[in-house]
Amino acid sequence: MATKTQSFQQQRFTSSLLVNLTLTIICIIWLIPVVGLLITSFRSSQDIFSTGWWTVFPHREYINTRQIIVDPSVNLDGNFQVEGITTNFADLQNGVTAPNGEKLTWYGNKRTRTIDVAELEWLGFSTNMTIQNYSAVLGGKTVTFKDATGRDIETRGPNLGGAFLNSLAVTIPATIIPILIAAFAAYGFAWLNFPGRKLFFIGVVAMLVVPLQIALVPILQDYTKLNLNGTFLAIWLAHTGFGLPLAIYLLFNYIITLPREILESAFIDGASNFTIFTRLILPLSVPALASFAIFQFLWVWNDYLVALIFLNPQTQVVTMALASLVGERGQDWHLLTAGAFISMVLPLTVFFMLQRYFVRGLTAGSVKG
Amino acid sequence: MQKSVEVKPQGGVLEALAAGLGRVLISLFVPVLTFIVLWQGFVFLRSSEAPQLVLVIVAIVWGVGGVMALYLVANWLVEQLPKEWARRLQPFVFVGPAIAILSWYLFIPVVRSLILSFQNDISTQWVGFSNYIYAFTERVMLESFRNNLLWMVFGTSFSVGIGLLVAVLADRSRFENIYKAIIFLPMAISFVGAGVIWKFVYAYAGTGVGIQEVGVLNAIVIALGGKAQPWLTISPWNNFLLIVIMVWLQTGFAMVIISSAIKGIPAELLEAARVDGANEFRVFFSIIIPSIAGTLITVTTTIIIFSLKLFDVVRVMTGGNFGTNVIANEFYLERFTYGQAGRASAIAIVLLILTVPVMVYNLRQFQEGKAF
Repeated sequence: MATKTQSFQQQRFTSSLLVNLTLTIICIIWLIPVVGLLITSFRSSQDIFSTGWWTVFPHREYINTRQIIVDPSVNLDGNFQVEGITTNFADLQNGVTAPNGEKLTWYGNKRTRTIDVAELEWLGFSTNMTIQNYSAVLGGKTVTFKDATGRDIETRGPNLGGAFLNSLAVTIPATIIPILIAAFAAYGFAWLNFPGRKLFFIGVVAMLVVPLQIALVPILQDYTKLNLNGTFLAIWLAHTGFGLPLAIYLLFNYIITLPREILESAFIDGASNFTIFTRLILPLSVPALASFAIFQFLWVWNDYLVALIFLNPQTQVVTMALASLVGERGQDWHLLTAGAFISMVLPLTVFFMLQRYFVRGLTAGSVKG
Repeated sequence: MQKSVEVKPQGGVLEALAAGLGRVLISLFVPVLTFIVLWQGFVFLRSSEAPQLVLVIVAIVWGVGGVMALYLVANWLVEQLPKEWARRLQPFVFVGPAIAILSWYLFIPVVRSLILSFQNDISTQWVGFSNYIYAFTERVMLESFRNNLLWMVFGTSFSVGIGLLVAVLADRSRFENIYKAIIFLPMAISFVGAGVIWKFVYAYAGTGVGIQEVGVLNAIVIALGGKAQPWLTISPWNNFLLIVIMVWLQTGFAMVIISSAIKGIPAELLEAARVDGANEFRVFFSIIIPSIAGTLITVTTTIIIFSLKLFDVVRVMTGGNFGTNVIANEFYLERFTYGQAGRASAIAIVLLILTVPVMVYNLRQFQEGKAF
């Protein structure tokens, strides 16, 4: 018995090691692009263009130690000797490694007659970090930064701070409203009898496949007639319409699995549908509601197309601000990476806050009693 | 109550009438008041010069509170009706708003598009099926069909596969939440943001002396002895590089949904199987997979539909150039760039038709359930 337990534990240990190893590898692959973004957003624009972001970690690099001036008598058109190595100009341009490990690289054009000699040395963590990129994209104030040649450049920074507030005003109601409407509808489809129930439900599921692009132009025409363009109400309703099919479908699949006995006993006790819905169904559905809330929140927060069409520059959201940054400053990686990271901060926070809803849900508890 | 009836027996009819009238008046007053309050809120929001922060907070309270108030009032109104009517009308309080919004935002636009698809570019003449002939024969459309097939097959299978793998493995690890948070992390990133991230990964500095590659992919290729490439322009492989972005973004979705289904499997069932000597593969294929089959189908069909409708990744990364066009992007180009309303509508309808088989499958699953 003791040996059996021991081998069982040993088996458990190896399998747990294997599990964690696999997951760690997948997670590293998943993280590399984001880490690159994060690190880049803290580097100066000059550094970003001259070296890869991974060079901020300890690594070996060729560091110039001295220069050789090639004697004017040497003919550079053919092979010639430098430091005991026979080489030519083209090879030197790409760098030639000497037997002692030194690397010889021609500096500039032929006329300089200069060769840089570099040695492989260890470099520690780079400490050359700045938060200037963030202050540049957040404030909407005039900022100056140095370009690759060291000149000062003055520009008006994008106002991501204001766009952030607008994103909040769009996203919070556009998350709660569809969930509320979908939960009512899902309950209606799952537990109430009315003529055309099946037909209407098939219609709702059918709407899952409608690409929202189909709706943009007709809805825009309707909004113009109703004078709704550029208002928050317009975009809330649009996101509600586009999010409802999936919300109803997912919530229905959840609510239909709630134990029938709980509802029946509530009916027998004389509870009305509205009471059952608010007192029983909503609390029992919290895991499903929370899961969908997270997705709807992220979709709305990250949406670009719908916002672009229904909002105006006064009410622009973060993605619009970031996209116009990509358009106007496509090569300014220091601004783009900082802006992209700002747009990620809130969604990440919300996800970590709601994570506890992903542990064993309330249904499991109520079924087990 | 009992007492008042005893004191004034003759006043009963009049009082009942008065009470009934009062109820009708209140029934009218409450919804009217609700509408006035909501309308005032809307007017304030649309024309106010208040500081942005105040506006934002008022907007949130008004929007969320307004919808809740409307449901409360509608239900209260229905409950004032005679019992038989209340029973008949109440389901429509529950499903009515959803059906109304869906009709306005999705169903009617589809009908409008269907009509437009048989008309010319500015919707002034009927042109029969010529837009559909264009949609099925034009070279750029055939390329889009091929690419959408690639997205559907590879994007979906990798998203669901990796999502399932992570969900199952993470369930057995002490660091579950850390792993899941990392895989989910890209879901929090917008397509615009992801575009910035992956353009940087695939970045190509060009050829020349002393040029340093700052993109991760080219750096890895060079470290392995290869040559730097302008990856996003190499057809057809660039499609797979774009699909990688979708897998990176969507695996988190699959993982979280599958994971919560796995959490729903009774722990006793798994323990019992393990005590009986079933190995982990047996447990996985005989208990976990059958228990979460419904969820797997939901997730797979959702991601298939997503990959058919996919637009943003292609739009941000390549704009559909270099052989990476997809149907939804071609729709966008025809409608908003070339102004071809008829062709765009036909393409949108084709896109809709392509998703029908998936939908039918979804519905069949639904009918096998307990619903009807």
